[in-house]
This record gives sequence, C-alpha cells and structure tokens, in this order.
Amino acid sequence: MQPLYLVAVTAGMSQPSSTRLLADRLTDAAQRQLAHTGRPAEVRVIELRDLATAIAQNMVTGFPSTALREAIEAVTRADGLIAVTPVFTASYSGLFKSFFDVLDNEALVDKPVLIAATGGTARHSLVLDHALRPLFSYLRAAVVPTGVYAASEDWGTAGDDRTDGLATRIERAAGQLARLAAGTAPQPRQKTEEVVPFAEQLAAIRGS
Amino acid sequence: MQFGIFTVGDVTPDPTNGSTPSEHERIKAMVAIALKAEEVGLDVFATGEHHNPPFVPSSPTTMLGYIAAQTKRLILSTSTTLITTNDPVKIAEDFAMLQHLADGRVDLMLGRGNTGPVYPWFGQDIRQGIPLAIENYALLHQLWRTDVVDWEGQFRTPLQGFTSTPRPLEGVPPFVWHGSIRSPEIAEQAAYYGDGFFANNIFWPKDHFIRLIDLYRRRFAHYGHGTPEQAIVGLGGQVFLHKNSQDAVRQFRPYFDNAPVYGHGPSLEEFTEQTPLTVGSPQEVIDKTLTFRESFGDYQRQLFLMDHAGLPLKTVLEQLDLLGAEVIPVLRREFAAARPAEVPDGPTHPALTARAAANNGSRPTRDFGHDTATAERTDADTKR
Repeated sequence: MQPLYLVAVTAGMSQPSSTRLLADRLTDAAQRQLAHTGRPAEVRVIELRDLATAIAQNMVTGFPSTALREAIEAVTRADGLIAVTPVFTASYSGLFKSFFDVLDNEALVDKPVLIAATGGTARHSLVLDHALRPLFSYLRAAVVPTGVYAASEDWGTAGDDRTDGLATRIERAAGQLARLAAGTAPQPRQKTEEVVPFAEQLAAIRGS
Repeated sequence: MQFGIFTVGDVTPDPTNGSTPSEHERIKAMVAIALKAEEVGLDVFATGEHHNPPFVPSSPTTMLGYIAAQTKRLILSTSTTLITTNDPVKIAEDFAMLQHLADGRVDLMLGRGNTGPVYPWFGQDIRQGIPLAIENYALLHQLWRTDVVDWEGQFRTPLQGFTSTPRPLEGVPPFVWHGSIRSPEIAEQAAYYGDGFFANNIFWPKDHFIRLIDLYRRRFAHYGHGTPEQAIVGLGGQVFLHKNSQDAVRQFRPYFDNAPVYGHGPSLEEFTEQTPLTVGSPQEVIDKTLTFRESFGDYQRQLFLMDHAGLPLKTVLEQLDLLGAEVIPVLRREFAAARPAEVPDGPTHPALTARAAANNGSRPTRDFGHDTATAERTDADTKR
C-alpha cells in the first residue's frame, strides 16, 4: 500500500525550538498510530524559518521561489497536515500566517489538519480555537477536534486530575488525525490545467 | 517575428536623484519613446491603460493617434485595453477610427485589468471579471464583423439595429491579442476565436506561462484554426543593456531595487534567474531572448518593457538605440532562421486582408473568426 504523506509545518523561531519539538512529537505519534493499523506514513517537516525570506518575496512579487514552491506543493498534496505555531502577540506568528496567505486558497480543502501551538504560559491556550481553527475553517480544511497547546510547564508535568498531560493530548490528537487521514486518503490532486470549454462559458453568461 | 516595446505609463520618481516627471513630461516622453522605437527599427509600440495615479495613459487611442501621425511603419497597440470596464461599443468605434487614421497599423491587446477599484469606478463588479471579458469581447467581435447588430447581454444596455462606425478598414478588423497572467479561461477564449495570446511573463517564472501557452496552442488547434505551432503567441520581456555587463547591473540596480512592482523583494540576481528580466550586454539579451523560443515554441511578437521604474527619458532612448542596433537585427536573423515555413509571421493589416480575401473570395468583410453557430461545438479534449 502506498504510504500516506504527512507534512508538518512549524513556525518556531529558535533553533532548536519547542515548536519544532511539538511538531516532531505529533508526527511521530501519528506515524506510529498509523503503523499500528498497517498504514505506513512518510513524514516531511517544513521549517518556515528557512523560508522566511522566500515567503516575504512571494508577497512582494506574487510568485514563489523554487524552495517555497516545493514546500507549497508538499503541503498541497499531503494526506494530513500538522500545523504548529508559537503564540506571538495573542495569535499565531506573522510568519505562520504569511505561509498560509501564499498558499492557493483551495489547497487545503477537505485536508485533515491537526492544529497545535506553543507558548510561555497556559494563559494563551485558547489561541488554538480563537485563531488557528478559524483560519483553517476558512480554508475549508477538516480540522481534528483536539488541538494541542504546549506551555513551557507542560514539558515538565504529567497533568493532574482536571487536565491530561501533554503526552496524552498528543496521542489523542495524533490518533484523530491518523484516522481521518487514513479514511480519506489518498486523494491525488490533479495538476492539470482544467478549462471550461468556451461555448459553455458563453452559454453560462447568456443563460443567467 | 515582430519586435517592439510596451509601456505601463507610470510616473515614478527617479531613485537616483528623487526627481519626478510631471504628467505632461511623462506623456511627451512616452511619445518620444514611441517615435524612437520606429527610428531604431522596432515594429510595435504598445501602451497600457490605467485610470489611477501614478499612471498617465487613460486614453490610449488619443495617444496612439498622435503617434500614428508622426510614424510610417510602427504598429500601434495596447498592453492592455480593459475589456471589462470599457464599453465594447466604444472600443469598437475608437479602434476602428484609429485603424483608419493609421492606415491599418493598429492592433490591440485585451486584458481585465488588475486594479480593483477601477471596476466600481466604471460601474462594474470585479467578481464578474471573466464573464465581463467574455461577453464584452463577444459583442466587440460581432460589432466589427456584422454591419447591423441586434444585441442583448448581461452587462450593457441592449442594441437594436446598431451599426458601429467607422466600419473596419477594408472590412478587416484590427487583430486582437488576449493578455492574461493566470487565467486559463482567457487562453481558451483566444483559442476559440483564433486570436493571439499574449503572455506577459515579465514578473513570473516561465513554467507557469508554458502551461498557459501550451493550453492556448492545443485549444487553437482544437477549434480548427491550424496546428498548435501555428497559434499566434506574443511574449513580454524586460531588459536593461550596456556594452559591458557589469555596468548594466550597476546602472539598473537602484531602479530595480525601488521598482514599484518588484522592488524591495528579491535581489536583482534572484529575479534575473527566475524571470525573463535580463540586465547585461547585448549578447546576454540575445541569448536569453532566444531561450524563449525553446520554452514557448516559435512565436510572433516579442515586446520589451523599457521605460518604467523612474528611468529617465534620456536613458530609455539610449537603451532603445542599443536594442535596435545590436540586439534586434541578430534576433530577427536567428528567429527567422529557426522558424519553420508553416508558422505564420506576426499579424499585420495587409496580411490579414490578404487572408480574409483568400478565405472569402469577393467578400472579405465577413467572418474572419467564429460566429455564434460554433458555440454548439462539442468539446472532448478540454482536459489534458
């Protein structure tokens, strides 16, 4: 069986970053859970930091550089997307948003997406549902119910009576993504130039 | 093969000294540039159409008529004429009038325009851009080919018993190019009518335009106008020349870095690698332009953007001298040697008149392209 293609987009700034760390934990968990059901998955991680200049240039010129285009194509043909951003000024980072701004607005239609974010404290955790979820809803992606927020303290605690630990949340979210991706994939997106025959275009205007 | 220049008509400060031409100076400079184009042996001058500052050319046929009176050979064209927001009736009248005044040295390139507010300023809705382009051109096409027109559409008042005057010169309408940056619908439209397709590939990597032009060529053949290789293709290009390559880069860099369209983005080096922009010696320009043929096939018209981003008139005129003396003669020779005999040359009024006469015997005034009957044609190969 052809492996599923999972792509993680991470907007962490430092090297290494906790955002990348979270992205890796999520892709590992999704890959492992797919493997349990007999579905191999190929994983690709895209660090937006490496594409920061190319993304800004795409904004200015209207076209992507070779490296950025390759990343856009990877995201577009992914069977499942894991999108992870640090919280900057009460929302996703500008770089994270800019990447999704230069994607074709049809690129994520029906695509299984897991949203995740990192921050210094747990006080920003609703950024998942106030910022990331609406962004991907607009793009008509299929966002899984569990989003994963990792505050600094989460990396050193195991949860308590009222809150699952980070590892539990990662497993739950990755499982939801894995099931959705396995159920809907593979959907090869054709790259052909489709055109409506001219007579139909003309008839549509005349008939309206 | 036709070579020419196309201008946006922007009024942009010269970044090297901060001076900005007045609108009057810029308009007169555009005329001087057009006259220079003829003087140095170019074939085509095309002007943009804009309805907002910092652009001056809001009234292309006025300017082209003035240039027509002072030239003998130059084909006067547009880049582009807004088929979405202009009344197609007025386009039919204006360009037929210009065609008579210029003794046939006129064609035009239709485009949708890229300035959002122009649509509401002219009473239209930008979301209807493609339908406007399709319906308005269908009317324009008919007005030039049918003496008395009855018309009803979505976007303008109906016409009953309307005759667009003057009738096209010798019954042969100006040749039409359809320009598009990203829409397969427009490539399809150009193919349907057997019109030209112009890819203004100056800002984008070529892969994208290869796909659009391939689609146009395939559909041109599908609609029975000839082989894919016989489709009429025009390309944009952009050059800055100096005898010495390094001097070209040094002189052009401040204009590139501050250019309204791509300034403050990629470096000059990145941009020249990714797009047709060539900054260098005449030989480098020749080499790069010849690669267009390899990418896009034999084509009929090459237009260069030479006068934007605040380049002073004096520099632009010097650029045209270099282009005309050292680049164009070589390109003409090389393109002509490479072109198969069955691939047509660039469209001219005499050639179109001869073709119309050959197709229609004694009635050259009818049906250069398709009429509505062809709209019933079925389509099997719309998808690759």
